[in-house]
Amino acid sequence: MGATISEKILAEHSGKDNLSPGEIILADVDFAFGNDITAPIAIEEFRKAGFKEVFDREKVTVIPDHFTPNKDIKSAGQCKFMREFAQEQKLENYFEVGRVGIEHVLLPEQGLVRPGMVVVGADSHTCTYGALGAFATGVGSTDLAAAMALGKLWFKVPESQKFSFEGKLQEHVSGKDLILYTIGEIGVSGSLYKAMEFTGPTISELSMDSRFSMSNMAIEAGGKAGLIEPDSKTEAFVKQATDKLFKIFKSDSDAEYCESFDYDASKIEPQVSFPHLPENTKPVSEVGYVPIDQSVIGSCTNGRMEDLKEAASIMKGKQVASGVRCIILPGTQKIHKECMNSGIAQIFVEAGAVFSTPTCGPCLGGHMGVLAEGEKAISTTNRNFVGRMGSPKSEVYLSNPAVAAASAIAGKIVHPEEVVE
Amino acid sequence: MTYKGKAFKFGDNIDTDAIIPARYLNTSNYTELAAHCMEDADSEFIKKVSKGDIIVGGENFGCGSSREHAPIAIKHAGVSCVIATSFARIFFRNSINMGLPLFESREASKAIESGDEVEVNPDTGEIKNISKNESYKAKPLPEFIQGIIDAGGLLAWAKKEGK
Ligand code: SF4
Repeated sequence: MGATISEKILAEHSGKDNLSPGEIILADVDFAFGNDITAPIAIEEFRKAGFKEVFDREKVTVIPDHFTPNKDIKSAGQCKFMREFAQEQKLENYFEVGRVGIEHVLLPEQGLVRPGMVVVGADSHTCTYGALGAFATGVGSTDLAAAMALGKLWFKVPESQKFSFEGKLQEHVSGKDLILYTIGEIGVSGSLYKAMEFTGPTISELSMDSRFSMSNMAIEAGGKAGLIEPDSKTEAFVKQATDKLFKIFKSDSDAEYCESFDYDASKIEPQVSFPHLPENTKPVSEVGYVPIDQSVIGSCTNGRMEDLKEAASIMKGKQVASGVRCIILPGTQKIHKECMNSGIAQIFVEAGAVFSTPTCGPCLGGHMGVLAEGEKAISTTNRNFVGRMGSPKSEVYLSNPAVAAASAIAGKIVHPEEVVE
Repeated sequence: MTYKGKAFKFGDNIDTDAIIPARYLNTSNYTELAAHCMEDADSEFIKKVSKGDIIVGGENFGCGSSREHAPIAIKHAGVSCVIATSFARIFFRNSINMGLPLFESREASKAIESGDEVEVNPDTGEIKNISKNESYKAKPLPEFIQGIIDAGGLLAWAKKEGK
């Protein structure tokens, strides 16, 4: 019996020849991190337990990205506490505001997470790095404290599900739509405790940026990880980021999956997920009339270069509808710079949008675009729970960057075709 | 030891934003977090809950973010344990790691209603509904996880491992 990519990576990291789903193992962790919300608790726990040093200064980091640049005195305190820990521990990969980015965009860009690694982050969207063929999963602060101290953590080997996509994508359809569509099909607990594997000819054709968007939202189906087998695109991506080594694992053709799904990707339209669960998806043509107050383009799901290029191509020479706030957040400082240098930032600003520095900001209702009671937003983020972007009486609709950009121009949710003629 | 209290019933997919909204995450002060526990699911919850009370959810309880603030808020609001049909996995890990007991039981999650007086025996997994005079069974925890609880939580366990 063959093994899946998850089983192979976990076996190698726990010194076993093979593993079966359900087994509980203690595995080596190659990279562990937290952010300005989760790391302070982890650091307190780490100290309370009497640990003095992290297991490896290169393999642990803390990332100020959620409420940064500090939104208020309390969050400034959280960041200061974390920064002092980074200094005390001499963490090699600490990025300060002005050089930092949203963790899940930043770490792959910097080559700190690579194929074949076991990565834990005290943030649920750590599953993003599955797009590189790493076993990456979100944990809590106490887990992070233990991983920082030991360089090891316990895992239950997950069952794997296979999602195969075939067919050419329609225009304005990206990885985001494939994952929203999948979540719409299987529901927000469809992959509970399981590793999702995305495969098939359509996935091979996808850009790395689009693959990251897909793996990013595995957690919205309850998944423990969202993996894509590394190929030449993955290798090229990692090699331009770093000269550090990495190892490629692939699922065997006779590996065991608890479930398999086959989707015809050519039939998938841009998707819109209605409040208040990511599974409430509809093709954009069936949305009906939904006027919006705000459009947010960015986040760890869709704040990469391809996303912003797509948004800019739609907004170029047009104006954001009156009464609509359009807020655009690049994923990292590097992407921010590229937008400046390529004239993309100019397009956004000329269109009447806000072009911010990298931050999570409005994605979690933190700052930089919090919604008032009764307001509606279209957003390229990943969650539309009650109160996610502000008032518990506001509404968030999830989409890809093309739909969010077109909707900002139209003042209501529309198919990008209605704006670009 | 058993956990005994009044049940507060919630539906499926109660997410971490409902348990503790992100707008309160600029602090890691446990008392402040507890004051907003379940606020976006039931804004009156914190006024009604008393020490020992039990939260009962449906499928996928605790889905969403990895914030440990969610089980922290629940625990420090005085809730003794949570019963649900299933839990989101990060929420499950976090709760175990910090000592908030969780019990998976479809039967119990279906039958228990808000206000029922409930008693849970963690050793046998028996859940008694005193108000309805019924009893349900929860899945026992895997041995490894019980070991973490017995050690006094993940860090106490890690301390031993690290030696
Ligand atoms: S962008 Fe949103 S989902 Fe991603 S890490 Fe930040 S808050 Fe979390």
